[in-house]
Amino acid sequence: MTFTKLLASAALVAGMATAAFADGDDKTKLGFVFVGPVGDGGWTYEHNVARLAVEEEFGDKVETVFVESVAEGPDSERVMTQMALDGADLIFTTSFGYMDPTINVAAKFPDVKFEHATGYKRADNVSTYGARFYEGRAVQGHIAGKMTKSNTVGYIGSYPIPEVIRGINSAFIHARKANPDVQFKIVWAYTWFDPAKEADAAKVLIEQGADVILQHTDSTAPQAAAQEAGNVITFGQASDMAQYAPKPRVSSIIDNWAPYYIERTKAVMDGTWESKDTWGGIGTGMVGIGDITDAVPADVKAEAEALRDSIGSGEYQPFTGPLKKKDGSDWLAEGENPDDQALLQMNFYVEGIQDDIPQ
Amino acid sequence: MDLSSINPLLFIAGFFVAATPLIFAAIGELVAERAGVLNLGVEGMMIMGAICGFATAVETGSPLLGFVAAAVGGAVLSLLFAFLTQIMLANQVASGLSLTLFGLGFSALLGQNYIGIKPPRLGDVDFGPLGDIPVIGPILLSHDIIVYLGIALVFGVWAVLKFTRAGLVLRAVGENHDAAHALGYKVVRIRTLAIMFGGACAGVGGAYISLIRVPQWTEGMTAGVGWIALALVVFASWRPLRVLLGAYLFGGLVQLQLNLQGVGVAIPVEYLAMSPYVITIVVLVVLSRDANRAPGSLGRIFHASQ
Repeated sequence: MTFTKLLASAALVAGMATAAFADGDDKTKLGFVFVGPVGDGGWTYEHNVARLAVEEEFGDKVETVFVESVAEGPDSERVMTQMALDGADLIFTTSFGYMDPTINVAAKFPDVKFEHATGYKRADNVSTYGARFYEGRAVQGHIAGKMTKSNTVGYIGSYPIPEVIRGINSAFIHARKANPDVQFKIVWAYTWFDPAKEADAAKVLIEQGADVILQHTDSTAPQAAAQEAGNVITFGQASDMAQYAPKPRVSSIIDNWAPYYIERTKAVMDGTWESKDTWGGIGTGMVGIGDITDAVPADVKAEAEALRDSIGSGEYQPFTGPLKKKDGSDWLAEGENPDDQALLQMNFYVEGIQDDIPQ
Repeated sequence: MDLSSINPLLFIAGFFVAATPLIFAAIGELVAERAGVLNLGVEGMMIMGAICGFATAVETGSPLLGFVAAAVGGAVLSLLFAFLTQIMLANQVASGLSLTLFGLGFSALLGQNYIGIKPPRLGDVDFGPLGDIPVIGPILLSHDIIVYLGIALVFGVWAVLKFTRAGLVLRAVGENHDAAHALGYKVVRIRTLAIMFGGACAGVGGAYISLIRVPQWTEGMTAGVGWIALALVVFASWRPLRVLLGAYLFGGLVQLQLNLQGVGVAIPVEYLAMSPYVITIVVLVVLSRDANRAPGSLGRIFHASQ
């Protein structure tokens, strides 16, 4: 036996010993990779609430670990690899930018299950899940269109990806329906979470005349900026952000991941887990609309709630033709709805938005 | 594209707010560098100031006390750097970098319980009827006290360095520490004081971000301002008044980028994000044709026996 063979077999034995040890542990181990801090009061906060709900549900039978503020890119790959090596059975990667790292790591650990939020790449051991936030955006757009006095709505985007563009389009379509004169001003912050940048973006939009601010970034900094400016309304993003109610925050989109996380954890425990794509909306409860405060007139509130309910029941879809693209070409014919694939790849603005999507 | 929706008064007034953290951090670092100390820990001292100021303001309800605590916090952290480089004679570059990393981590630890809290607000200075003067009123006379303090500090540092004996001694230590030592000046003591001044200023600059500009606490929230401040000192070729100019230029670039996006001019954000550094490189090239302006002993370790 050569020296290298000896080493290799020693490593193998050590590896088997660890594997046996891991198997002897009957706890299901869950890993969570978060893009922001769990105290961001928005996106990551809600994922963490769902993590705690899983712990609550299964008690001793699960063990969860999380790593927060993980940069999208190579750093996240390292974190996921470490979690997999530490014996995680199921890993939730909760940001769009973790898509390729998740696929890469999943290929190396075929026995570990992965759940990637808001992405579109799947594998045998990688599921994707997301929420139809654009349904909530429709409700926000309606309120924004009704409430704006300057006819200028500011929108803080994170990255120009389909998820965000879908939200802008949905909000814009319904703002226009409520108020044909409304204009959108869109500023890209190029971050999911950077309170300083988000506050600056909100201030600039307010200085340029916006009296409604929609945000697709995760911190409460735009809410603080709006509060300071006075006559500006905002919407909670990802989480209720109720500390800014009743004004500036007049409503919110709340992500509710807990039922999904519990269901998938159960599936891993039962051995029934399989790769699939889940896209829940208002109807399934994955997207919640936060309480609409009294700063909104009663009739507008009633209309917004009716819109919410009709989307929830499936009676109405936020993207319903006739709709044109920004360049004037036809997109949807009268009464037509796009399929999910078209929604997932949306990379254009609808007619009426004046800005261009940065390339 | 419709540039008319940019309100020039608010746009220029925004410069002052964006530039203030830079002014504080850069003027503090300038004093340290003029004393011959290269402290790359500005970012770490800023973030320490940001959390110390934020926590104190929240606990006491007084933003001004928060700024005092921020100055103390930044100065205490800088003492660590002073100990390493002046007493232990450690390498300044490595010590400064580790100070930044340490400050970022330690502030995150201290700030665990302060995420998502609203700090008390510091009101704007009331100039009475002067504030109603058109153009000048909204641009110059609509800010909080810290903005004016920052500008006063720059002029103060300029005057001290240029006209006083203390300033002369400080510059002497920075230009040639052996000669200064031979003349009987306490090089280590003077440098330690300069480092602490730099730390206190950086702390106030950091607190300005967490208490006024954002206002909120999140870890890592200074997001590179400390590095821009370092570039700014070089850009200003170690002259206080040029720091003021550079800070408005660099601060203005950030404002400009967001304003342009708001009116629909899409300049890739990366260009403006890197522009302070590009400008600094250009200035360095231009300066290199001049006499070497950096303080003679900058970054060199001093020991009385050598």
